[in-house]
Amino acid sequence: MLTFTIRRLVLSVPTLLFISLVIFLLLELAPGDPMAQVPLTVPPDVKEKMRQALGLGEPIHIRYVKWLIQFFWIEPQVLFDHIFGTSFADGKLRVISWQTRSPVMDLVVQRLPQTLWVVGVAYVLAVIIAIPVGIYSAYKQYSIFDQFGTFITMIGFSVPPFFTGPLMVVIFAVNLHWFPSIYDTTLVVDDLESLGKQIRQMFLPVMVLALQITAQISRFMRASMLDNFNQDYVRTARAKGMSEYTVVMVHVLRNSLIPVVTVIALGIPSIFGGAIITEQVFAVNGIGQALISAIQANDLPMVQTLTFIFAVLIVVFNLIADVLYGVLDPRVRYD
Amino acid sequence: MTDSAPQPTPKRIAALSDPIPTQPPRSQWLDVWDQFKQHRGALIGGITFLVIILAVLVGPAVWWVDAQYLPKGREFINLRDTRPIYVALWDNAAKVDWAHPLGTDNLGRDTLARMMSGGRVSIAVGLTAMLLSILLGTLIGVVAGYFRRMDGVLMRLTDLFLALPLLPLILVASLLFRETLSAIFGVEGGVFVLVVSLIGITSWMHTARIVRGDVLALKEREFILAAQSIGTKPKYLVIRHLLPNVMSPIMVSATLGIAVAIITESALSFLGFGFPPDFPTWGRLLNDSVDRMDLYPERVLWPGLAISLTVLSVNYLGDGLRDALDPRIRGR
Repeated sequence: MLTFTIRRLVLSVPTLLFISLVIFLLLELAPGDPMAQVPLTVPPDVKEKMRQALGLGEPIHIRYVKWLIQFFWIEPQVLFDHIFGTSFADGKLRVISWQTRSPVMDLVVQRLPQTLWVVGVAYVLAVIIAIPVGIYSAYKQYSIFDQFGTFITMIGFSVPPFFTGPLMVVIFAVNLHWFPSIYDTTLVVDDLESLGKQIRQMFLPVMVLALQITAQISRFMRASMLDNFNQDYVRTARAKGMSEYTVVMVHVLRNSLIPVVTVIALGIPSIFGGAIITEQVFAVNGIGQALISAIQANDLPMVQTLTFIFAVLIVVFNLIADVLYGVLDPRVRYD
Repeated sequence: MTDSAPQPTPKRIAALSDPIPTQPPRSQWLDVWDQFKQHRGALIGGITFLVIILAVLVGPAVWWVDAQYLPKGREFINLRDTRPIYVALWDNAAKVDWAHPLGTDNLGRDTLARMMSGGRVSIAVGLTAMLLSILLGTLIGVVAGYFRRMDGVLMRLTDLFLALPLLPLILVASLLFRETLSAIFGVEGGVFVLVVSLIGITSWMHTARIVRGDVLALKEREFILAAQSIGTKPKYLVIRHLLPNVMSPIMVSATLGIAVAIITESALSFLGFGFPPDFPTWGRLLNDSVDRMDLYPERVLWPGLAISLTVLSVNYLGDGLRDALDPRIRGR
């Protein structure tokens, strides 16, 4: 198992390098000009100097390697300095955003907590709801609860977040005034009242995200439980005279959770993708919104770094899912 | 044999004689249809999807208000911001007009006509992108499964695509390649080609994996060996023997692919990276009306319901097809 993990870790390095190259080339070959927004009255030699200042004078491969060094060598140094108060990264050039002229990573660190709060709470909530729903609808297959649950999950699959989001805003924020329609990033939680405010402003985006995730996971949980109910060991357990609770909640549940756990791990990166839309609807000041505004402003270093961070998340959680599968299921060992 | 016919050989052992089927043989697709009919959700979903397609195809011929018509001057003031006719049920003061049953937008364009023309684009994008993704997926899956030499390379490529952050990349690419493609195919055509190819290129991976797995299993079967032994060329082996046998998973992922494509297109349009405002799709209509949603909720409701209903019906259709095409379930 350890060798498998190490092998996968080593293999993920070229994968990540290749992905970063793909993103870099896509941004590079695309016909957008970062100088397009500069007024026509600016003389060409000044434009050329501006181009040089943005680091665009060098050939492609040198810029790619420089970006790699900045991302993988200088940025970790900055983090190290920040934690231990050392000064390794002093005076070294970091990845600079063209919009704000500040390091991209500082922006990411500012934006990440909002995304993590909303997405994380939604995900945890969705898992907590989805697993009991999946268990019960599999146990009572084709019952009214199951039929209703199937319908709800189908709706969760089919109704896109950019429709449920505005709908919830109209119903709960505009007409009923229960929740604010816009997420206030500047809110500091220090007492009960502000905590209540934080919960209220998180409620709508979390609900929209959680509806989608619950649909997927409970569907998977149900299918996995149904697969296991037909197995011989369930009949054996019942024949031994075990209580129904032990059969379902200990024997069947533990076996059914194996694939579900990997699905939960695999779903985490895609949630960041789904959060792009939800953040846009509720004006949550998170990473997804930073990406959208960076794309619209043609801020290539920012887009490159953010997209690559999404890719890293995907690769890391794929790895975690693979390793978890091997840990949870002794029959599946990769070596 | 039937007992009325005179038997030339008197001694026949009953156990050795083959039973003659009493019914004429049924085709596989008749069985599939029978099983499909059992799944009520799938049947309703299929009918709903057909109705939606018919409505957007035939609708503009019946409802011949021009979706692009912009009224000017006094007519503009009279026409704009008309509410749907049902609003008059509870609001006497509402501005309604029987000539525009779903109302008009803030420029006086008819919402019903715009919904129909938007639906045409949305569904056309969904179907075309699905076709592209199925073509790519089947091609890569068959090549990877059939030619051992290509397997490693193509499957690594598939894994790589699965590891890419797709939505951000689609957003980036849709902005970066817009102008080049618009110059070649015109504004609307360029965006159409762009959106369809982006969705197609980023959604073939699951089909490719399923097809490869099935082809790998089929390759070891006797009928393939038989076909090879009589000298069938690989091209015909794939077309005549392999492809018909992997049709059912392809059909299922094709139906589900329509849903994914429609949602992705709407999401792109919603974020403002899709079609231009005067060439509306359902997602674009929704995005345009979110700002004034508290005053005119119907403008958000109708496109949203249209997207949701289409995707819901397609999902149920795919669910039913999966059951109907699975021979293990069909027997029961």
